[in-house]
Amino acid sequence: MAILDVKGCTKTFGGLVAVKDLNISLRQGALYGLIGPNGAGKTTIFNLITGVYTPDEGTITLAGHEIQGRKASAIARLGISRTFQNIRLFGSMTVLENVKVSQHMRKSQGLMDAILRTSRLREEEERIERDAMELLKIFHLDERAHDQARTLPYGSQRRLEIARALATEPKVLLLDEPAAGMNPQEAVELMHLIKRSRDDFGVTVLLVEHNMKVVMGVCETIQVVDYGETIALGAPREIQEDPRVIEAYLGGA
Amino acid sequence: MKKAAFWIAALAVLGGLQLFVRDIVGAYNYQILVLVGINIILAVSLNLINGYTGQFSIGHAGFYAVGAYTCAGVVVYGQEAIRGATGFLPELGQNTVLLLVGLLCAAIAAGLAGLAVGIPSLRLRGDYLAIVTLGFGEIIRVLILNVEAVGGARGFSGIPQLSNFFWVYLGVVVTVVTVHNLVQSSYGRAFISIRDDEIAAEAMGVDTTRFKVLSFVVSSIFAGIAGGLFAHFTMYLHPNTFLFTTSFYLIIMIVVGGLGSIEGAITGAILVTVLLEVFREFGAFRLVNFAILLVLIMIYRPTGLLGSWTLVRAGRRPGRAA
Repeated sequence: MAILDVKGCTKTFGGLVAVKDLNISLRQGALYGLIGPNGAGKTTIFNLITGVYTPDEGTITLAGHEIQGRKASAIARLGISRTFQNIRLFGSMTVLENVKVSQHMRKSQGLMDAILRTSRLREEEERIERDAMELLKIFHLDERAHDQARTLPYGSQRRLEIARALATEPKVLLLDEPAAGMNPQEAVELMHLIKRSRDDFGVTVLLVEHNMKVVMGVCETIQVVDYGETIALGAPREIQEDPRVIEAYLGGA
Repeated sequence: MKKAAFWIAALAVLGGLQLFVRDIVGAYNYQILVLVGINIILAVSLNLINGYTGQFSIGHAGFYAVGAYTCAGVVVYGQEAIRGATGFLPELGQNTVLLLVGLLCAAIAAGLAGLAVGIPSLRLRGDYLAIVTLGFGEIIRVLILNVEAVGGARGFSGIPQLSNFFWVYLGVVVTVVTVHNLVQSSYGRAFISIRDDEIAAEAMGVDTTRFKVLSFVVSSIFAGIAGGLFAHFTMYLHPNTFLFTTSFYLIIMIVVGGLGSIEGAITGAILVTVLLEVFREFGAFRLVNFAILLVLIMIYRPTGLLGSWTLVRAGRRPGRAA
């Protein structure tokens, strides 16, 4: 059974059809790539799945529950997390606090626990801190845990975004161009981290990326969209040889 | 048990000071000292909305007014009943019960006002929210002007003096500890995440509307308590005390001190309250001095005197007692 199922989704902005009758089906544990030329509608698809936009038509189902039209925070709590194309960290908070924010939904502390700083709260805060530090270690960010997030170098900020997204303990992780601006070495490390996210955390990954080395190296299935429509779907090797894909990227002869 | 010790020590120190602080500093300075305390409560609570949650409210005087008039109204009109019910207590005990009942009502009324304003308006952002809160503050003031039971435009007189240095600074300690604990918890992280990036906060599962309303309500509750303490210190209320310039001074306090820092709000409250007295001889030009002060601080210390510097940061010292 598919963990995330997008069925017949359409989204228009005025006269512009950004996404048209789109279907995506992610089975549990998939490493799934979504590629396409600039303006193909990839980010719109992310925004539809995460509740930033509501689709005009169609349904989005997460583990059997329809989620289209719900608030973004509610969808996040149901198990979809994401990173952003243009990094959106909580800049004034420390690296550690950024990850802690994502764990707030799993808290049992009430407002009175917080105000009175009860022992229950303090125990929970210690657990949250421990979990967050562990996650940072995996992402090689533990040494900078107490630095302000905005002071991190670019590649580390991208890694922190992934760590923060994983801290919500999602079922599905959406990565929006995580390799953008990374050097080749960082990109290779990123590929390992994405695979590890699936293997160690059991998340299903939907990846939008322009760096073909990363996409081809990580994804097991790739879906190609252009002008909001799917033009190809298959394993990396099939995609690379698909004439329609080559035309979309390089233009028709 | 550290907590109990802290509160007993706070009560003892404040109670001890109350006995002779007035004689030491003189009546005039005593009054300023108490006003500083009230402004600290207001500034620290406003900082929760404007500093930590990153929403721009300029209607804090409205909640302050709701608290002041509610507390005074409850005490003035309920005095006989409450004194009757607590007749077995000595005078001081009766006064304490009276004040606490008044403050409780003030907190509830101001909190409800915060909820009523917050739910519809916190969906708005930036300038729009500022305008709504400004409008709310003025509506409250005009409403009070027209309620004869609390004196209307003549002002509300005959309020018994129940609050003093002790009560005001106990209020300061309660406010500071509450806000401090709150911002160090997952609630505080949710507030700050909204300030830093609302879209990312939503994507991480933070229900931003709910947390904005929450910070607004908590902030209003403390503004209400400050109002009650003020009413029973000055023994007279007038709607003009709660003009939007009052909200404006409060914003100066937290901007001067440093948004998003409790120590900053306290510093700002002390500085601005004292300067308001010092500048009194300038009459109508008082505000000009503040404008100059604000411009200078924005040039030389754009993040406020203390910036977001704070003595204890969340995360560094886990498991610390209040």
